[in-house]
Amino acid sequence: MACEQWRGKFDAYVDGELDPAEATSLGAHLRGCASCAADVLERAQMKRSVQMAGKRYRASPELRSRIAKSVAVKPRREAGWFWKILAVPALCVLILSVAVNLYVRHESERRQLVYSELADLHVSALASAAPVDVISTDRHTVKPWFQGKIPFSFNLPELQGSEFTLLGGRVTYLAQTPGAHLIYQVRKHEVSVFIFQDRGEETGGLPSGLAHALSFNEENWTQNGLRYFVVGDVGEADIEKLSKLLRDAH
Amino acid sequence: MKETEERVSATTFEELAMPLFDQLYNFARWLTQDTAEAEDLVQETYVKALRGFSSFQLGTNFRAWMYRILRNSFLSSRTGLKTMVAIDGETEEGLLPAESTTPESILIAQVDREGVQEALADLPVPFREILLLCEVEEMSYQEIAETLAIPIGTVMSRLSRARKALRNLVQKKNEGGRHGV
Repeated sequence: MACEQWRGKFDAYVDGELDPAEATSLGAHLRGCASCAADVLERAQMKRSVQMAGKRYRASPELRSRIAKSVAVKPRREAGWFWKILAVPALCVLILSVAVNLYVRHESERRQLVYSELADLHVSALASAAPVDVISTDRHTVKPWFQGKIPFSFNLPELQGSEFTLLGGRVTYLAQTPGAHLIYQVRKHEVSVFIFQDRGEETGGLPSGLAHALSFNEENWTQNGLRYFVVGDVGEADIEKLSKLLRDAH
Repeated sequence: MKETEERVSATTFEELAMPLFDQLYNFARWLTQDTAEAEDLVQETYVKALRGFSSFQLGTNFRAWMYRILRNSFLSSRTGLKTMVAIDGETEEGLLPAESTTPESILIAQVDREGVQEALADLPVPFREILLLCEVEEMSYQEIAETLAIPIGTVMSRLSRARKALRNLVQKKNEGGRHGV
């Protein structure tokens, strides 16, 4: 390569920015070319003198300590106790609220699960070819039919004078627990009544009262150790009416 | 939790930033040409850097980051606004045609330290700063590019022009000195 072409790379060479292969060939050229070697030497010396001349100023120790102090990790002792006093109750509140929140969410999930399972039972019974295993409008037929099939007994209301008709009943299961599933009719709507033993965990924790799941209305309560659920697509008023009849049954 | 994080970052910042103190001050003093201004500039740089440290990505070049903050602070200062002149004809990519060194210029290297310092101080700020970053801070072209926020091609061409300008100034001083004798 001619000197002219190398000259453009002298700065990069002196700055150590040439890639190793190029630096090696330039080095070889310099050994054989006095004028280029003088040029590179001059640049190197210039670089060196700027380097020395450039290291000129020294900051005052005061500035250094002032800045060091401003960026130092502060122990913050004065403020520490204040924040600790504040932090402990704040942390307690936080933990408590997280726990409560988790519990509430867990509860509502569990509740939702029970409701939707009951809604499923209600819908699947109505959809089946034989919604009920004992077909009778007579409570005195339906109630004894359950004897020996479920581990408890229950009372059914006298429906005379009400808009409700008993269609029949079947055995059902909720959370591996057998129970009675009764189907009532009101103005062409079917309403399911589920009766289980109140065993606590699955059903007992549920709050009594009206609820909504999958656009079904639902009411439930505990009576004589039994857990009643009334589920249907009828209005709340009908659900409550049937619930009241069931509650008053003896 | 937040406090712990702050503490960690503050520790890291202190560890990273304090070793650069002397260099940063020297650079600031060269830029401002004034002790009080340089002190303010360094202080401002540390304050800004500490505040912005959370946005600094570990693993990237901390030194270039600090210099960039210092330089930007300088540019927005009153002195900086006055001194930062545009350099005409700066090309983005290609290098300028290489200078051939005259025999006289070889003598420049022997010029005294004071003469080089005077020449450096007389250089326009863009030339002065790039020479300082390259020769004194021994930054790579890449680091200089990051610090000045310019492409590497511009680093090379500006460096070349800065060296030429410095050489001319030193030469002039040399001649003047000789004439004076």
